[in-house]
Amino acid sequence: MSPLQLIFILVSAITLGAALMVVTTRNMVRAALWLVLTLFGVAILFVLLEAGFFAVAQVIIYIGAIAILMIFAIMLTRRIAHDPGPQINTTWPIAAVIALVVFGLIVFFVQGWEKTVSQPAPFPPGFDPLRELGVALVSANQYLIPFEIASILLLAALIGAIVIAWDKK
Amino acid sequence: MADPVTFIGQWLESIFAGWGLSSAWISVIMAALGVLVLSGSVLLVDILLVWVERKVVARFQDRLGPNRLGPFGLFQPIADVIKLLLKEDITPQGADKFVYNLAPILALATVIILWAVIPISVTVVGSTINVGALYIVAVGAIGTLAIIMAGWASNNKYALLGAFRMVAQMISYEVPMVIAILIPVILAKSMSLADIVASQSVWYIVLAPIAAVVFLIGAQAELGRAPFDLSEAESEIVAGFHIEYTGMKFGLFYAGELLHALTFGGLFATFFLGGWRGWGAETYPILGIGYFFIKAMFMYWVIMWIKYSFPRVRIDQMLNFCWKFLTPLILTVLSITAILDKLMSGVPYWIYVLVMLFSNLVILYFVYQAVGRYARKERQKVADPEKVQVNFRVRSSTPSQAS
Amino acid sequence: MLNDWLFIGLMLLIAPIFPIGAIVIPSILAPKKPNPLKSQTYECGIETVGDTWVQFKAQYYNFALVFLVFDVEIVFLFPWAVAFNQLPLYGVIVGILFIEVLVIGLVYAWRKGILEWF
Repeated sequence: MSPLQLIFILVSAITLGAALMVVTTRNMVRAALWLVLTLFGVAILFVLLEAGFFAVAQVIIYIGAIAILMIFAIMLTRRIAHDPGPQINTTWPIAAVIALVVFGLIVFFVQGWEKTVSQPAPFPPGFDPLRELGVALVSANQYLIPFEIASILLLAALIGAIVIAWDKK
Repeated sequence: MADPVTFIGQWLESIFAGWGLSSAWISVIMAALGVLVLSGSVLLVDILLVWVERKVVARFQDRLGPNRLGPFGLFQPIADVIKLLLKEDITPQGADKFVYNLAPILALATVIILWAVIPISVTVVGSTINVGALYIVAVGAIGTLAIIMAGWASNNKYALLGAFRMVAQMISYEVPMVIAILIPVILAKSMSLADIVASQSVWYIVLAPIAAVVFLIGAQAELGRAPFDLSEAESEIVAGFHIEYTGMKFGLFYAGELLHALTFGGLFATFFLGGWRGWGAETYPILGIGYFFIKAMFMYWVIMWIKYSFPRVRIDQMLNFCWKFLTPLILTVLSITAILDKLMSGVPYWIYVLVMLFSNLVILYFVYQAVGRYARKERQKVADPEKVQVNFRVRSSTPSQAS
Repeated sequence: MLNDWLFIGLMLLIAPIFPIGAIVIPSILAPKKPNPLKSQTYECGIETVGDTWVQFKAQYYNFALVFLVFDVEIVFLFPWAVAFNQLPLYGVIVGILFIEVLVIGLVYAWRKGILEWF
């Protein structure tokens, strides 16, 4: 068991445990904080995949903006921070069986596929992934159109949110 | 003894190799030792900063400051730390215990981990990750979260209100500040802080003065210092998000704030003042450490100077200033810097420097005119009230409009 | 590359030890005399009135929203900035177009009065 695999297992366990706490906790602000831990675990997984840029982007956008937006939204609504209902669905045995079966099928197929590797292929020498990403974002034969559409999508999201939040006086 | 840090590092590595440890373990142990030394020295400097802050504020206010304990009052911070360690820890009723205790730890820890990517000399840098500039933004985002946690966990509406205002201010000013960080990244063509310092043969404050000033203003707002300290406005909401914290937990917030100020001084020195660069800093790395420290302390002094000279601004003035002035300004500077950098790709460096500086001065001139016109209009609105349109309906049988 | 992140990972683990120590030491050394009067929440010297959950202004949410959109935009711009040397001029123009589309969003938010604090 290489140290990388050990760290991966540890981080994945923390991430999944925190995700479980998000959905089972009764207090909504606590749930938001567990979500922050989950997102941080995902960022560490990005680092393990040698994608440092995505790790910091994950922390900046998800934890620094989206989690704060969610916490603001929770605190701006009154009195629904506690959920007194039952935590467990009455049909949970069937759901557990289906989940286990699906998990088993996924593991079986992923292991059987020949393209699954346990170590990522190393980069060719002189290849700087961050620079290549930057070039790819604005190259006409690569990701230029999605880049510009992303900006229009952000604009649409901003306008949509403003229209919803706008107080028509 | 030109490079003591590398010398000691190599000596320790040879000892560990002599003990027969594998190279993977050696690198882990060396990294752990490096972390301990870095965190320890950063915290020691933090304790010194308490003394610096109190002496400087005293001098700004024409008084002496602490001068009883030790020569020039130098032992005052030690007395402060001992006092805070012995204070009773009062947790308010109804406070969420875990989050209440986690918030000050997170607030100080996020400032300490910022020092991992700052290059202190040509050979001494914690980690040369290729996304250093974004790492700083990410850690700042976690710091914002620590404030919300502190405000919420205190079970006190003033703490929550203070935390919300502080976070609204911090996230608003993060936008121009991060774009101001983007400009040295464009000039250096790399996000790694070590590369940004290494490519500053001419300091970036000459190439991008507007970005430097915007970064400084953003830093002042991120730190929550005057003129942007409405979350600590003593006459309004008493101490803001850390009302309910006593003893050492408050000490952690306070020390964290001072260390954060020095860290921003160090970041300003790294991005715009050439970091460890100076005369002879490449051949004698120990000089680099000295230059960096002097530049960081000088910028810390500038941050304190701004804090103790300006009155507080109102929250709506502050947010208007950020979103309606700083953000369009810095986006304009970014666009013009990007285009000019591309157009001048083959040009000798001194022409490049002069053109960049000139473009910044031209933008500054237009900004000055626009702000002057806006200020004149605002002053006129206040000075001649009868020129303003007033419509009101008189409640009588014949509704009429008077203007 | 992972060696660089090793330092940061170790720092994330070791750096909180100092503040945790600073909290643990007073829990050993400091006096512990809790009484109900001391633990009351602070409200400028008077008794606490009402719940801690006050209705907060919606303006906080508006600012967080606009910040989110600009945050995503800025994160997109960083790889573009790093690759500057390899980009032709039209690559730079395209990046500036990206910025300008979001400036339109900022102007829209400004005109709609979202950026006001009432």
